[in-house]
Amino acid sequence: MASTDVANRASRLPASHWLESLLSSLGIRGRTLVIAVPFIWLVLFFLLPFIIVLWVSTSFVVIAQPPYTHLSADGTFTLNIGDSFGRLVKDTLYIKAYLNSLQVAFLSTVLCLVIGYPLAYGMARCRQATRNILLMLVILPFWTSFLIRVYAWIGLLKNNGLINEVLMSLHIIDSPLNMMNTNFAVYLGIVYSYLPFMILPLYANLEKMDLSLLEAATDLGCKPLKAFFLITVPLSFPGIVAGSMLVFIPAVGEYVIPELLGGPSSLMIGRVLVNEFFSNRDWPTASAVAVAILIALVGPLMIYQKYQDKELEKES
Amino acid sequence: MSNRLSWFVIIWMALVFIFLYAPIVSVVVYSFNASRLVTVWGGFDTKWYGALIADRQIIDAAKLSLLIATISSTLATVVGTIAGYVLVRFPKFLGRTAFSGMVNAPLVMPEVITGLSMLLLFISMEQIIGWPNGRGLTTVMIAHVTFTLSYIAVVMRSRFLTLDLSLEEAAQDLGAKPLKVFFVITLPIVTPAIVSGWLLGFTISLDDLVITSFTNGPGTTTLPQVIFSKVRLGLDPKINALATIIIAIVSIGVVLATLHMRRQEAQRQRDEQMAIRAIAAQT
Repeated sequence: MASTDVANRASRLPASHWLESLLSSLGIRGRTLVIAVPFIWLVLFFLLPFIIVLWVSTSFVVIAQPPYTHLSADGTFTLNIGDSFGRLVKDTLYIKAYLNSLQVAFLSTVLCLVIGYPLAYGMARCRQATRNILLMLVILPFWTSFLIRVYAWIGLLKNNGLINEVLMSLHIIDSPLNMMNTNFAVYLGIVYSYLPFMILPLYANLEKMDLSLLEAATDLGCKPLKAFFLITVPLSFPGIVAGSMLVFIPAVGEYVIPELLGGPSSLMIGRVLVNEFFSNRDWPTASAVAVAILIALVGPLMIYQKYQDKELEKES
Repeated sequence: MSNRLSWFVIIWMALVFIFLYAPIVSVVVYSFNASRLVTVWGGFDTKWYGALIADRQIIDAAKLSLLIATISSTLATVVGTIAGYVLVRFPKFLGRTAFSGMVNAPLVMPEVITGLSMLLLFISMEQIIGWPNGRGLTTVMIAHVTFTLSYIAVVMRSRFLTLDLSLEEAAQDLGAKPLKVFFVITLPIVTPAIVSGWLLGFTISLDDLVITSFTNGPGTTTLPQVIFSKVRLGLDPKINALATIIIAIVSIGVVLATLHMRRQEAQRQRDEQMAIRAIAAQT
């Protein structure tokens, strides 16, 4: 009798109330539980996997399922960094791919900044109605499939592609330019794909800028171009940093763009990792490559994190 | 705006927009090409759309991708909304810095690393606790939830940041418990942001290739995996047709969302002005 009574009463109470009394009876504060849900998920599926990558990078390759082991030839447990990390240091292919990826990512970031800055600046100084439309135009490609945007460039860059056809029919060139499967195509693909990531934080920053500073500078006789480099650019520094990190960090490990647009000479570390893993089934080396990429990215990741925290502080 | 934009900036902007849109336009145009050679114009034809619909492999993969994106984005929206809320409302707790780092990092982490690490996690878990048994839908969805929840958390974080606290405070003053305040006051207000967060997560999940390739098993192939294997073999007019459909859906969606937001903004301004006038009339 009593238990059905309780059940009836519980069912009449709103769900939130019922949940609350259940939790408090368990001695769990709501706040802790709220934090715990995303926290545990991220620890389990984001942080823990990195520890496992580190773990696998110290193993031996075996022909088994899974193809790695921590038992050496004589059956004893061994942390083996000689095979995986040793290979990265000894074989110049890895070092070349590693340095090349950093270079490609760095130059692409600079190119995105140079191309994106005037656009973000222009958008931030437009009338409100125009601004919204332009913002929509920048965001739209971001929502369309990344893979399809890379695919689009194949049709343009091929030897019998649109760019070559147009240039040849205009008699600007006699024989097709070789653009597909080159480093040029890789740069183009990365700049194209990541440009919105540079423009959006720059725009967000420039839009909030206090324009009275520029007016003051003009009143004091400063030329517009000088005011731009002395006031606008330094003030937009947080936006520049945020945009640069959003381009640089993922670009270092880029796989799809060099795979589709680049040639065999476009060595990038993300491609090396995938090949080691899927083609060679050398999981320890693939994991060691991942660890090496992460080491290069620790600094940029921390800068990015610091920026995110600052934004949060500033707005709250 | 008092100082007008210089010609340099205007021409630059036009060129960048051409750069952004020329490839997309070319894909759409060539999807209506009668010629099999994707880059040679052979007259207007819609036959590739027919061929696309008849391609079982693409249609099955598209259905699977839509299923994965729907489920994982829904889950990611729940976890991501909580994460965004925690970031804004709980400024101090043990491990907050680590938490904020774990929310932000997946946004920029190279996909090959996320993919590899998730796969190694699933394999280790299988060895130790016997679950997940092999890889497939479940593992792909867990991976998708993990990296899309960051995007959603960022969207929700900025929404919670700009949220007017007075309504929640009023409800609390009237005796509502925190959980009730959240479900009755906070959640309805941020619903538009939740919808856009869900859509963002859905699109990102639908588009993912690298992380899916790592965490997927044999037998389940998603749409980006099919597109990638076809694109590797060369241009395919069916892919152009598929791309055009995707671009059309996204464009309509983004335009409608922008119009809707503008209407809401105008409505909000009207409401504010009316409120001000009402107050002015009373005093």
